[in-house]
Amino acid sequence: MADPMRIRAQIAGDKATVRVLMSHEMESGQRKDAAGKLVPAMHITEVSASHNGKVVLTADWGSAVSKNPFLQFTVKGAKAGDKIAVTWKDTKGDTRTDEATAA
Amino acid sequence: MKKIMSLLVLGSLAMASAHAQKSAAVQSIEEYRAMLADGNPAELFEAKGEDLWKQKRGPKAASLEKCDLGQGPGVVKGVFVTLPRYFADTNKVQDLESRLLTCMDTLQGLNVAEIAKTPFGKGEQNNLTALATWIAAESRDMKFNLPQAHAQEQVAYEVGKRLFFQRGGPHDFSCASCHGADNWRIRLQDLPNLTKNPGDGVGFAAWPAYRVSNGQMWGMQQRLNDCYRQQRFPYPGFASDATVALSTYLGVNSQGSKSVAPALKR
Repeated sequence: MADPMRIRAQIAGDKATVRVLMSHEMESGQRKDAAGKLVPAMHITEVSASHNGKVVLTADWGSAVSKNPFLQFTVKGAKAGDKIAVTWKDTKGDTRTDEATAA
Repeated sequence: MKKIMSLLVLGSLAMASAHAQKSAAVQSIEEYRAMLADGNPAELFEAKGEDLWKQKRGPKAASLEKCDLGQGPGVVKGVFVTLPRYFADTNKVQDLESRLLTCMDTLQGLNVAEIAKTPFGKGEQNNLTALATWIAAESRDMKFNLPQAHAQEQVAYEVGKRLFFQRGGPHDFSCASCHGADNWRIRLQDLPNLTKNPGDGVGFAAWPAYRVSNGQMWGMQQRLNDCYRQQRFPYPGFASDATVALSTYLGVNSQGSKSVAPALKR
């Protein structure tokens, strides 16, 4: 089971700035281990975010995204108390969803 | 003669532009750091460390919540800026990581000799770093105030000072070779002058830190270990008296400076 994400959703006017930190190895598939063998790729492929259950963002990610990635986006029309949920899925099929309340 | 003169002029021009380039480079590095500072992945390690502190682990199935880091059992807030310090129960000066080893031994019954031998970034070492990250974060923006009243604390400072200036290894290096004066650097990294107080959030006050270039979280022990690696010294033992003494020297020099740990590094 993957480690939890850190999600902050900060309200400014009628928008919420959402900052997400994901805990993930993001192995690119380009590196070699000490024995010279290729380390197989293992990275996040899909990210989606929802605002009170309604999907507001989907993204296809590849091997070029860094380890422990940071994602920031703005949600229009968000109010304090709204739920922002983020889900990722990786090449192993592992997935994780975390939720934050906008404040 | 004229030719030599023009060459000289050219030479000084080249130097001037190199200087201008450096400041532009430093500026863009600072810009890059400011952009990254918003999402410091050290937060992930903080969260992990907090969980580990409360989790019942080891043969004794105990948490670390009764661990005494110098301000009484279980007190976490503000302890980081007073370490390394003398502990009566172990009769030793200890830094955060060596003190955590003591607690993992006495409270949880974990094999700490084994943990100390584990390479950085593997197994229990990762947990130790996460714990140190969280505990350091609980003292963010507080000012360093290491006690120096006990004789052993004074000895640790003096030993640390000697280690700092001790030259050796195939390159005849010491810590002071790189950190002994102002405005020195390795490649593009500015090096703090650690023989005096380098100021808020610089040097000792910036670790544990997350290194973006390799995606690793480093505690002070690993920072010192890597400094010795760069000097081509043999690795100092994890949580050894030598590393704790060196930390005491750096910590006392940073007296009154704010800790920004966990920081973010290139």
